Amino acid sequence: MKKTTIFGIIILLFILIVSLVVKSNYLFSILIIIGLYAIIVQGLGILMGYAGQVSFGHAAFYGLGAYTAAILTTRYHWPTIAALLAAIILPGTIAALIGRQTLKLRELYLALATLGFGILVFIAFNEGREFTGGPSGISSIPFLNIGSFAFDSDRKFFVLVWAVLALLLLGINNLVHSRTGRALRAIRESEYAAENAGIDSASLKLQAFIFSALLAGLAGGLYAFYITFISPAAFSYHASIEFVLMAVVGGLGTFWGPLLGAAVIVALSEILREVVPLLIPGAGGEYQIIIYGIILILLMVYKPEGLSSLGAVFDRSPKRAEQNTNKQ
Amino acid sequence: MKKSIKSWKFIPCLVLLLALSLIVGGCGTNSQTDAAGKEAYKIGAVIDISGNSSSLGVPERDTLKMMEEQLNAKGGINGHPVELEILDNKSTEQEAVTAVKGLIDKGVLAVIGCSSSGPSMAMIPTVQNAKIPMISLAAASSIVEPVSERQWVFKTPQSDIVMVNKIIGYLQSNNLQKVAFMSMNNSYGDGGKKTFAVAAKESNITIVAEEKFAADDKDMTPQLTRVKASGSQAVIVWAIPPSASILTKNFKDMGLTIPLIHSHGVGNQNFIDLAQGAADGVILPIGKLAVADQISADDPQKKVLDNYITDYTKKYNSAPNSFGGYAVDAFNLLVNAIEKAGADRTAIRDQLEKTQGYTGISGIFNMSAQDHNGLKPDSAVMVRIENGKWKLIK
Repeated sequence: MKKTTIFGIIILLFILIVSLVVKSNYLFSILIIIGLYAIIVQGLGILMGYAGQVSFGHAAFYGLGAYTAAILTTRYHWPTIAALLAAIILPGTIAALIGRQTLKLRELYLALATLGFGILVFIAFNEGREFTGGPSGISSIPFLNIGSFAFDSDRKFFVLVWAVLALLLLGINNLVHSRTGRALRAIRESEYAAENAGIDSASLKLQAFIFSALLAGLAGGLYAFYITFISPAAFSYHASIEFVLMAVVGGLGTFWGPLLGAAVIVALSEILREVVPLLIPGAGGEYQIIIYGIILILLMVYKPEGLSSLGAVFDRSPKRAEQNTNKQ
Repeated sequence: MKKSIKSWKFIPCLVLLLALSLIVGGCGTNSQTDAAGKEAYKIGAVIDISGNSSSLGVPERDTLKMMEEQLNAKGGINGHPVELEILDNKSTEQEAVTAVKGLIDKGVLAVIGCSSSGPSMAMIPTVQNAKIPMISLAAASSIVEPVSERQWVFKTPQSDIVMVNKIIGYLQSNNLQKVAFMSMNNSYGDGGKKTFAVAAKESNITIVAEEKFAADDKDMTPQLTRVKASGSQAVIVWAIPPSASILTKNFKDMGLTIPLIHSHGVGNQNFIDLAQGAADGVILPIGKLAVADQISADDPQKKVLDNYITDYTKKYNSAPNSFGGYAVDAFNLLVNAIEKAGADRTAIRDQLEKTQGYTGISGIFNMSAQDHNGLKPDSAVMVRIENGKWKLIK
């Protein structure tokens, strides 16, 4: 049996078991948030881990997706599923428009350009008074529905988000093992060498950028339909940095990295919220952020290649990875 | 599928994920019972303890803890101890939603929070669906309006309109007809601006200049220069520190002499300290807590205010501010409702809505099916800052 089939069965079982066994809406909401972030970080992982480009502006695409879904459903009364589709396409289109110019930049300059783009979009959300609701945001967004079936509970939404995530994991796994995946990695290692080998690096980088924007838009649209209220605060550059952090903590260019990174960052912040007041009753929330920071620094010092490298312990043949790298 | 061996890593991932989630889900599920064996009433609170709004959230958390201790020392509600769980939302909307879902899972009877408007708005769909009473500590009137979509939601701070009417009254009695309006570019500033624009129009007050600034701006001289050129007779500012303090300093440095009127958002000592002496002369509407020592002894709120100030100062060695006051009112309103309704969420909601004549820190609350705040204009007073102290304008 192909390993992808095994993986498919495992994740289906996971979704099935969790959705049947778990009764806590809180647990579902945590898993949903992890799922949404993992979708964004998947795209970011392709961009950073395979194409070797960094983006500090992905909260903008996330926000564009959320605002597209919210505005189309509340103001223009689009069917929710059509609005979700638009929430994927619009950020992708914008990425295509800005990508061609932006991706000519390299390293630090690219990081700054994407950061600037993120801030620009954030300001637009705040200033689009009538259109975006300004700083007060948009409320009363409907639940996502397909025909008469509405995703109106945490349980249903969990199944939806994780099914999407599972499809993406499989799709991306195929992608990175294809010719495109190898070409992307070649660009990351050396753009000049890749060009000399006949790879159209500009076009591939652009495609990776657009793909990551589509995924961020998808996550944004789902977020709007889940929380049913959005305001600009959730899409500031802090969120962009957090996404990059998740990608790095999980491990760049690895299969499990994005999911693991999202899970660890979200779970860590949830656990600290419960634990810190028990340990230090009088503490302001800042203690929590300090502890969070210390854990992340330790992680980066001792496991700079990301958490998913811990999985190597379970790998039956440690040399396998090395062999694969050589083959590609 | 040469790399497929990585599939095995999925298992440790899952184990980790589940373990982490279960630890979180499992926290605090054990409920306590008192000596008489009566089960504890659980109340939840989601407060902005860290992040942008922590200056609001920290005094609120401290106040809630103090209220819980005092209540349980007195024997709780009808012999039931109260178990209050306070969670931090880091001033973000997404964390407010997950936190409130966690509290609902633990079976809380009602939720207090959040400190600011965005996170409060984000929690509303969840509490409406779960049918859990919620009392917000944030100002925006959209939190409780329209009531038909907010049956389960209440709030204790005065709505913007209460404060705006106070300011309009002041402008009219001083014959100031042309004003400039400056606001912070977030939901607080936005709400104040909209409310003021409507009220000013009705009272024939003209807004000759409108300026905005970001919450983290470090210099408002350009905006003030335009205000100076507009020929306005007074400036109204809707902001919180530190930007409100910076603006006040810039205002003094530019030698402007027209009245500077702030909103209740600057109603804490922090504002005066950060303005470094420039705050003298600033006029603002505020709850009576800040001038409790100056209001007349026969004011119905006098005793409540004095008690809170004494208790808080004794416990935390600093004077309380209006944000803590919002928490006092939310806690007491809830306790009063539970006392009559018992452990029944629908009955608690109904009792909250029937609240009449509760004398609190922010005013006298009279709720109804149309009004889930219940405060009238007499719940605020106008003050002037003199020598770094609040002085009541009679």
